[in-house]
Amino acid sequence: MTPELVKVAAAAADNQWGAIFPELMLACLALALLVLEIALPKKLHVYIPDFALAGLVGTLAGLIVNFNSATLGHETFNALLRHSPGGQVMRAFFLLVAILVCVLARVSLAKQKMPRIEFYHIVLVITGALMLLAQSNHFVMLFVALETVTIGFYILVGYFRQQSASLEAGLKYLIMGALSSGMLLFGISLLYGVAGNSALAGHSANALHYASLAQFLVANPHNFLASAGIVLVLAGVAFKIGAFPFQIWVPDVYQGAPTPVTAFLAVGSKAAGFAVLLVLARDVFASYDWLVIPVLTAMAAATILFGNIAALTQHNVKRLIGLSGVSHAGFLLLGVVASMGPAAHVNATGAVYFYLFAYLIASFAVFGVMAHVAGADDSDQTLDHYAGLAKDNPFLATILAVGLGSLAGIPPLAGFMGKFFIFIAAFDAGARWVLALAAVGVVISIYYYFGWIKAAFFKVWTPSGEDNVPRPARTPVDMVSGVALCLLAMASIFLGFYQGPLGQWMSVK
Amino acid sequence: MSQLPFDPLLVSIAAPLALALAIALGLPKRWSVLLAYGAFALPALLALHTWWHFSSMPQTAGYAFLTTYSTGLDGVGISLKLGLNGISLPLFVLAGLVGLAAGLYAIQSGAERLKIYLMLLLIMQGGLMGVFASVDIFFFYFFHELALIPTFIMVGVWGGRDRAYAAMKMTIYLTLGAMVSLVGLIALYVKSGAHTFDLITLRAHLAAHPLAETLQNNIAGLLLFGLGVLVSLWPLHTWAPLGYGAAPSSAAMLHAGVLKKFGLYGLVQIALPLLPAGLAHWSHPLAWLAVVGNILIVGLITIAQRDLKQMIGYSSVMHMGYAFLGIAAAGTIGPGGVVLLMVAHGLSVALLFLLATAIHHRTHTFNLDEMGGLAQKTPVLAAFFVAATLASIGLPGFANFWGELAIFVALWKFSPLITALAVAGVVISAIYGLRSAARVFFGPSTEQLAQVTAAHPPLDLSWKERAPALILLAALLFVGFWPKSITTALDAALKPAAVAPAAPAAKPVGAPI
Repeated sequence: MTPELVKVAAAAADNQWGAIFPELMLACLALALLVLEIALPKKLHVYIPDFALAGLVGTLAGLIVNFNSATLGHETFNALLRHSPGGQVMRAFFLLVAILVCVLARVSLAKQKMPRIEFYHIVLVITGALMLLAQSNHFVMLFVALETVTIGFYILVGYFRQQSASLEAGLKYLIMGALSSGMLLFGISLLYGVAGNSALAGHSANALHYASLAQFLVANPHNFLASAGIVLVLAGVAFKIGAFPFQIWVPDVYQGAPTPVTAFLAVGSKAAGFAVLLVLARDVFASYDWLVIPVLTAMAAATILFGNIAALTQHNVKRLIGLSGVSHAGFLLLGVVASMGPAAHVNATGAVYFYLFAYLIASFAVFGVMAHVAGADDSDQTLDHYAGLAKDNPFLATILAVGLGSLAGIPPLAGFMGKFFIFIAAFDAGARWVLALAAVGVVISIYYYFGWIKAAFFKVWTPSGEDNVPRPARTPVDMVSGVALCLLAMASIFLGFYQGPLGQWMSVK
Repeated sequence: MSQLPFDPLLVSIAAPLALALAIALGLPKRWSVLLAYGAFALPALLALHTWWHFSSMPQTAGYAFLTTYSTGLDGVGISLKLGLNGISLPLFVLAGLVGLAAGLYAIQSGAERLKIYLMLLLIMQGGLMGVFASVDIFFFYFFHELALIPTFIMVGVWGGRDRAYAAMKMTIYLTLGAMVSLVGLIALYVKSGAHTFDLITLRAHLAAHPLAETLQNNIAGLLLFGLGVLVSLWPLHTWAPLGYGAAPSSAAMLHAGVLKKFGLYGLVQIALPLLPAGLAHWSHPLAWLAVVGNILIVGLITIAQRDLKQMIGYSSVMHMGYAFLGIAAAGTIGPGGVVLLMVAHGLSVALLFLLATAIHHRTHTFNLDEMGGLAQKTPVLAAFFVAATLASIGLPGFANFWGELAIFVALWKFSPLITALAVAGVVISAIYGLRSAARVFFGPSTEQLAQVTAAHPPLDLSWKERAPALILLAALLFVGFWPKSITTALDAALKPAAVAPAAPAAKPVGAPI
């Protein structure tokens, strides 16, 4: 069959539902959870999260087995989706995130008197939407998927509804999220309007389709309205990844949200932003690189500096990791900028993917420890609570050190390799000044990561202040989370020593 | 038998790391300690083996024992390529010997949480062997960082006074140095156009297509700054005395003795052959910083020290000044002297840190004003300390002498004025060295000391402490009496890289005094 024929056949036949089988699985699983909650007797409810976990692992395994599916490289659902190797990688990424979020949730939710099952339900729905988002090929698909994700997060952030911090975070995220959605939508409508203008060359009736829009942008290289639209779309995405100057919501929301949700936001939501950004910047807006590159470069520089400097003074670990996450967004933005230039030594897109995986592995190790150290008040987790952790619980302390070390980019951990590849790519692309700033950023970040490790390893717990507030009791590590944390730490070390098949991404094709 | 059934370089890196992993996975304490003897001795023995057979081994581009392992990054030009040339061989042996001494001393020290202490020390040891065995610049950097991290933790957990502050300061300074040199190395990789981190290929490529001068200057500037911080170039040296002052003895021995040499080694092995014009561009500012800052100013500061360990820390900063001078002088003799001095200084400073801790065990203080007359009770310790001090001053018969001599000879051509100032520095080191030895071991005992010794009558150096000290001292004397053991291979490795038409093969050995 010629490719032509395949396309015709694909369009003529029904929408290839098989192409989104993993997403459908998640949707069914999400519904099944609710059904199980109604159907099962109360004492069996404790097993529902395990059911969700097993379902996710199964979906992930299925996805990996069918990684090179027949739809790869084709558009489905009337060009709403496009299946690419990058999209497949991000699908696996989000499934992995969801699995780890569920593991964390088992620990964190156990400390609250809260309905549990809805939490897993929403996590699954968001994950499905994230996976669609990474494969979207059309601005309508992009927006619908993004809104599904965002609305899910509104609920999750405010999930601990008896805690004022959680509610406050939910409200803040709602307002900021609505603002960012508004900007994104405004940008999209500007692009739609200008690309549908029949007076302009290359106009299209289907201007929200990525390829059509890209064609239009190539034909109109310096259109003002299109430029404004592009900047607004980038701003909307920048909100999701928490890039400067759209990072203001990060510390408060990260602090107030339940720890698993914070992790989900920090890794899942951020990675989704980058998956979208890579597609937009490299494919759709490629002809506007004169605009996109300076905007993203300035954003990357400011984000790295802001994230690191703001994190210096934090005492609450959730705010700390939120702001450090901002700086990681800066490093990733640098990788995106580099991926738009010529690839001479390192494949920058591959470097971004590798960085995302390294970030996932390290972040969840840290969040996992945070979930165990946190008390009943989830928003109140300060560095003081970590005092003496190495003595009381060497296992958690070691995991924490590996996770933080990888986030700080210390060899031989995976985070270092991620930064190293991004640095080479940035040097290739000629972003020397941002690279210099990034190197400074790494040095600054050592201070606060090290401060955290110092608290866990070098300090003894002393009750602070006159009120003698006792430190929240640490949750003992059960088997599931112990195995998960152990695997995460080992993966961080292993990927630092041996990149193996992942390393092939870095090679310039 | 010169052929081992395995790759001696890989095993010397992997053996300590493997034991560290086993300890992390819960090896019982008795086994950990027992196996630690082997894991520290094996790299040292293998290093001696490679040294003994080096000249008889087949060599490629000056490298013997070459092997390449893939880590999946061949497409980027990174692979784990191990090998030794005349420059790295002496340092590889140094790492093995100091590692063994530090390991033996750590095992007998009975430190708190000994298992974890040994684990960190083993990681450090594996990293150190890797630094000098790597032919790939990426892994050269990678192994350095691997060895560096345990240092921070050891200072922070087992350190003495101000340990948290010292650990933090060290971490920030050394990360700064490491990041800047990383950017320099990436610049070298990208700009060379060779698309590889492999040093042999890079050398061949850059010999055929040298970089433009501005580019060389910029990259050399980055490397000098970054590696300079790591080697405590004045005025960015302040982490060193503080860190060493707080570090537990074995960590200080390995870091000051071996790990710190990473920066100098990088300059000699990478920067000098690849960026000759760039280093020549910076040589005058570098030489002045080294002679005025490291040698004279820090030398005077060292005289003023009252704390024995801090004094040794400052003195090591001062001696690094000589090494920088050798690099500034370039040619064959200058860098050759640097390598000799690195080996000599590594051995002598490790010995001094070991002995300082042994003294502390007997006097319960590092304060020189509270000591005196210890020689009557501990003559062997006193003899070791005096020998180590004389070595570090550069007395003929010890390895340090040849290093400093070669550097001075090379330096005279570079600038007689700087040479004169540098020689004056030797007087400074004689003052503080001899004064500290006199203060600790001779003269009347102080009241505080009398109280301490009354409560804990000091015993002389036990055999467990003597063994590591003997290893170091024997190596110092060996190189001191037979420098040719190092310089033959070293000379061959440096010669083709010589930048300026250097003096005709005047080996440091035969150099006129």
